[in-house]
Amino acid sequence: MTSRFTLRNVAVLTLLALLGVAFWTLGSGYTPDAELNRTAAYYAQNTASEIGAQNVVTAIIVTYRGLDTLGEVTVLFLTAAIVALVLGQTKAPRGSSGSGFLPSGELLTTGTQMLLPIILLFGAYVFVNGHLTPGGGFQGGAILASGMLLLLLAEPGRRFGHRIISRVESLSGLTYVFIGVLGIALAGGFLDNRILPLGAFGSILSAGAIPLIYALIGLKVGAEFSSILESLEETEDA
Amino acid sequence: MIALIATTGFALAMLIAAVVALRTRATAVAVIAAGLVSLFASVLFLFLAAPDVAMTEAAIGSGLTTFLFFFVLGRIRRESGHDQ
Repeated sequence: MTSRFTLRNVAVLTLLALLGVAFWTLGSGYTPDAELNRTAAYYAQNTASEIGAQNVVTAIIVTYRGLDTLGEVTVLFLTAAIVALVLGQTKAPRGSSGSGFLPSGELLTTGTQMLLPIILLFGAYVFVNGHLTPGGGFQGGAILASGMLLLLLAEPGRRFGHRIISRVESLSGLTYVFIGVLGIALAGGFLDNRILPLGAFGSILSAGAIPLIYALIGLKVGAEFSSILESLEETEDA
Repeated sequence: MIALIATTGFALAMLIAAVVALRTRATAVAVIAAGLVSLFASVLFLFLAAPDVAMTEAAIGSGLTTFLFFFVLGRIRRESGHDQ
């Protein structure tokens, strides 16, 4: 018995040591770059004139690497769909909403009523200002979903409208792809932001289609996270 | 110099929170400690001049995930209470 445990400990320690060596070799050879590499230098120099976005990160995510972002949104959509598919098998019967739920307490209920509008407004602020300040569609969407989570915690028996959430999600996804295709027709390529005028650098209606695209991504991400939370909420193992 | 001390402090706090999350017996403490790891990580991202990543980490890593764990924890307790 004891020999087996020591053998296991030796294996664990060896693995840890190997991991340590791997990370050490990674870290010891690291020297910070003195200057930006070619791609980064291009982005830093040309973002303001080509894309018109104040936040370079957003310009890269939404326009230069827009296709990757579409892929990320698709991955998130697939996750939400699979969670709904797996958890939908054991859905609670309609009438039993709120059965067996503990009351959530006065403090949480009142706090939610006061905080929820502010949280939703902040989420919208984050994704509408994505091209100016740090943050964007994914962050804003996550903030929206955390507001919905607060609502779920405060009123566990409550049911959201499935239809609204799925409509918002599919509509924003379709519009996102449609804007991307418009980019091929009217501007330089798929998801090119110059289908709309670039506007004054640094103002809220600037950077072409980026605010529109990021608002759509924010709505889509928020709807996807909300639908994941909602599927978790509505499952009953009983 | 101050930035270096602050970064090291947050990194140490992150490690301590991670060890607490692994070693503690109480599930609720472990969930909170795991959330703290994410929160300290997001502060570190901010020090590394990556506010976008920091926002995502704070919203999803320490916000949504922690609440999700508590949500499932409450559900498990409720349903094991039903069985008795």
